[in-house]
Amino acid sequence: MSLLSVDNLQVSFTTRNGTHQAVKGVSFTVEPKQITAIIGESGSGKSVSCYAMLGLIPMPPGKIDGGTAIFDGKDLLSLSEQELRAIRGRDIAMIFQDPMTCLNPYMTIGDQLIEPLLIHKNMNISAAKARAIELLEEVGIRSPASTFNSYPHEFSGGMRQRVMIAMALINEPKLLIADEPTTALDVTIQAQILKLIADLQKKHDIGVLFISHDLAVVADIADQIVVMEQGEVVERGEPETLFRTPSHPYTRKLLDAIPSGQRVSGQIAPDPLIRAHNVRTWFYPDGTDEPVKAVDGVSLDIHRGEVLGLVGESGSGKSTLGRSLLRLAPITEGEVMFDGTDVTGLKGSTLKTFRRRMQMIFQDPFASLNPRMTVYDTLAEPLLLHAICDRKSLDHHIAKLMDDVGLARGFIRKYPHEFSGGQRQRIAIGRALATKPEFIVADEPVSALDVTIQAQILELLQALGREYGLTMLFVSHDMAVIRHIADRIVVMYHGKLVEEGTAQEIFETPKQGYTQSLLASIPGTALGR
Amino acid sequence: MLKFIATRLLQAIPVIFIVITATFFLVRAAPGGPFDDEKVVLPEVKRALEAQYKLDLPLHEQYLAYLSDLANGDLGPSFKYPGRSVNEILFSGLPVTAELGFYALMIALVIGVLAGVAAALKPNTRQDYIPMTLAMIGICMPSFLLGPLLVLVFGIYLEWLPISGWGAIPGDKILPSITLGAAYAAYIARLSRAGMLEVLSQDYIRTARAKGLPEWKVVTKHALRGGLIPVIAFLGPAFAGLLAGSFVVETIFQIPGLGRFYVQAAFNRDYTMILGTTVFLSTLIVLFNLLSDITAAWLNPRLRAQFKGGA
Amino acid sequence: MSVSQPTNESTAVLADAEQGSSLWHDAWIRLSKNRMAVSGGIVLIFMVVVALLTPWIAPYDYEVQNLDLGAQPPSLQHWLGTDVFGRDLLTQIMYGGRISLAVGFIATAVALSIGVTWGAIAGYVGGRVDAVMMRLVDILYALPFMIFIVLLMVVFGRNVLLLFLAIGAVEWLTMARIMRSQVQSLRQQEFVEAAISLGLSPAAIIRRHVVPNALGPIIVYTTLTIPSVMLLEAFLSFLGLGIQPPQTSWGLLISYGAETMEEYPWLLIFPGLALTITLFSLNFLGDGLRDALDVRGSKD
Repeated sequence: MSLLSVDNLQVSFTTRNGTHQAVKGVSFTVEPKQITAIIGESGSGKSVSCYAMLGLIPMPPGKIDGGTAIFDGKDLLSLSEQELRAIRGRDIAMIFQDPMTCLNPYMTIGDQLIEPLLIHKNMNISAAKARAIELLEEVGIRSPASTFNSYPHEFSGGMRQRVMIAMALINEPKLLIADEPTTALDVTIQAQILKLIADLQKKHDIGVLFISHDLAVVADIADQIVVMEQGEVVERGEPETLFRTPSHPYTRKLLDAIPSGQRVSGQIAPDPLIRAHNVRTWFYPDGTDEPVKAVDGVSLDIHRGEVLGLVGESGSGKSTLGRSLLRLAPITEGEVMFDGTDVTGLKGSTLKTFRRRMQMIFQDPFASLNPRMTVYDTLAEPLLLHAICDRKSLDHHIAKLMDDVGLARGFIRKYPHEFSGGQRQRIAIGRALATKPEFIVADEPVSALDVTIQAQILELLQALGREYGLTMLFVSHDMAVIRHIADRIVVMYHGKLVEEGTAQEIFETPKQGYTQSLLASIPGTALGR
Repeated sequence: MLKFIATRLLQAIPVIFIVITATFFLVRAAPGGPFDDEKVVLPEVKRALEAQYKLDLPLHEQYLAYLSDLANGDLGPSFKYPGRSVNEILFSGLPVTAELGFYALMIALVIGVLAGVAAALKPNTRQDYIPMTLAMIGICMPSFLLGPLLVLVFGIYLEWLPISGWGAIPGDKILPSITLGAAYAAYIARLSRAGMLEVLSQDYIRTARAKGLPEWKVVTKHALRGGLIPVIAFLGPAFAGLLAGSFVVETIFQIPGLGRFYVQAAFNRDYTMILGTTVFLSTLIVLFNLLSDITAAWLNPRLRAQFKGGA
Repeated sequence: MSVSQPTNESTAVLADAEQGSSLWHDAWIRLSKNRMAVSGGIVLIFMVVVALLTPWIAPYDYEVQNLDLGAQPPSLQHWLGTDVFGRDLLTQIMYGGRISLAVGFIATAVALSIGVTWGAIAGYVGGRVDAVMMRLVDILYALPFMIFIVLLMVVFGRNVLLLFLAIGAVEWLTMARIMRSQVQSLRQQEFVEAAISLGLSPAAIIRRHVVPNALGPIIVYTTLTIPSVMLLEAFLSFLGLGIQPPQTSWGLLISYGAETMEEYPWLLIFPGLALTITLFSLNFLGDGLRDALDVRGSKD
């Protein structure tokens, strides 16, 4: 008998804009001692289904319109709040996406950890504390006793997620629901946490419902995969079958969107367009004497026409390096030569002339566009500022930019908030290309986008790179994306360059330990890459 | 932590110093002296009085003399009430104002927090609209309007409560305390509602619910800590406001407290009285602000750790 | 691709673009659906118009006393009654409103100009300049201003201009803090970085990118400062330290009314109502603006 059997679940949300059907009749099962993964992009309804089952969605706007969710012989959807509360944290436990915000910053870890025990098992405090410390050890926390008495802000994302896992497993639940538990974590940490979840699942014979947007991540651990799109289940099956012979076009689209294979390099000139020599960018936050050494002595060359991939995890300094090259972050020491000229100390109108030739594409498509300017204004600004054209031909140039980035010309008078994330990123790309730059820094340009949109934008960037003859620095934490798009790769760690080489060299014969661990953390070996 | 407290104390000292100096010179700069509107006095008598009170010395010498007296804790003699010192008058009024302020603050905190939290628990329902509309009235109706109205209704028409004095008739502390506390109850209600709403939308509240905690525990154990921090931070400014409010309330209800003395001194140009009261009240306000800032910072574990680390 | 030749089709190229809906437009729609805010706005406009037109529409002459009449309750000739000197109360309230509203708006305008400029500079330039400017604000903030204002009024009392300045001098501090924090957070937004990377001058960036996006909280706070300034003026006038006769303000009228409230309660109630209703409208409007402007628009 299945551990959890969901049949024809329907959930809707009613706001002042109308009623929206978030989940339109979804059915799936979780077998005991197995991992079922639900895959979908934003708007698929994957999280809403699970939250609704446990009564964790706010019920005034949300409403369960129908269906059943049988767990342990009872239909969760028909239980009262009190009955559900008895199940939450005891028989069914949850872990969430963002470990930074999911723990109460005003309570010690220990106080939060023992709560499920105090409520459901009526233990006394010392017994609860002992058990909590046991569990902290089990999830791999090195000094459980001192962690018990500390506050969440003292720990990293990975550690906090371990605490969340401990908190979920402390009452030995039968079912664990994990909502994108590794999405907010660095790639190496992600690998560790995935392994931890898989190990614990086997050890304690728990059934796991794993929600994710990343097929590669679940490929390695899931026994069964359920694919959701726009509130419906479109396909389900075992990983092997799903990856080899997907039947639904959406599943195929998801699989195709995973960046794979190597880049086909364009023309690369032998002379470097950018030469960075011993660049240091140090920050002195108020009140401290110790500088934050974001970039600490990095030297690299970028050749005309090449795409250099810059890989690193959070805190590696990769974004700061990109910004330093563009004079958006103050360089403390070192030089940056652009086409033979040292741009490090430039000011005023000379700096402005150089800015025309190098541009940036940012990570967050919402934050990188002025919400109060129309697309027209956003694209016109660089054109007029650098006198690329005069007012009469402005419309013509803007129309061309819209065509280049694949946006309908009719959208020109709209505002950023009226577009989707992928569309906004196209606008941002258009703005960057308006001045016909020679060099573009793309700082995690697809990380904030859905998987299928990612593929489109990467395509676009490659096509435009060829058409405009661009030299690019592509910054990312995602090794798979980098392999797909970069000619050469450099790896950064704690502000320093750790390894450098062609894409092939890095992926096939990595020399440094850190590079090797990065590669080992790439999920999706089951997909045969 | 100690470093934080020490820095803030050090910052407070120049502030108090500025207050003393500025007040001293401002008061002296005012047209009219303390003896001007007495019955007409002979010039010699006036000169003698001025000599007695050191008013004939050059200004900067008066200033230095005052500072040295201050260092000894002596706020000087009152000009208006010969034979009584400022210290005496201050300390006779202090317990009264302190008691009034305390009651008002208690009313404000209890009613404010209860109303605000209740409103936040069921936003956009009657449980929200009613307290918040009442809070709006509290903000828009100043104490000098509310006081007389309450007196009119409860004192004169209904004759339920006494309308003046403090401690003389049982129940005479009720109307003044309510009058003074009402506006602050309103501010605190709005602050706690906003604070609670913000906290209740945080992820860690969802985690608490997912653990199976009953809703009342989610609110008291998890939400209140973060949600009430804005209220704690508000206590400093609230204290200053209550003191200012006491000027009006004590005048309306004929209460012999600091506020009323201050207003009278201001009218009477009683230099030492004005100076002494200003210095005293300002010091209190600065200290109270400091206390409230430190408490608010201490309640946030992130900030608390920063201080302990000695960064 | 020929990019430098303007073509004849340039005007027709983007002809049928759909009109977008700006954030201001969205906020306006949201505001207009908020009944309390809208009523507040209407009442406020009414009060302001009456105040502006008072010299022409007041039923009686402001200074005319009619001692035989004395204080009379509301009647057909005197809609709100008369005061102890036989002066029409409605007229008194109208003239008092002129002063009270004027103090409110002018002092707020003073606070706004100083505070916004101060905060914008500190927030945008950052670094040492910011530290110094905000340290000054912190020190001034710590001074117990209520007491100082009382003092100032005692010393220089008869000067209405000074009253405006004194009140403005208190309120600009919070305005500066708000503006600075807005500008600081905007400064770190990526679209400002993008503007810098495009090569825009700091002045252009502040004008086109920072200010339009910082306006929201400033508008809200300004709308909420006016009532608090009016309260301060009323407070001072009540104590006898603010507006002096022969001029009048709502605070002064309330203090007279409180003195004689047992015999002539209307002298307290009507000025009180005028003040309270105006404050209500301003506060509801401010709250409504805050709700309307707060939403950031849809995200993916």
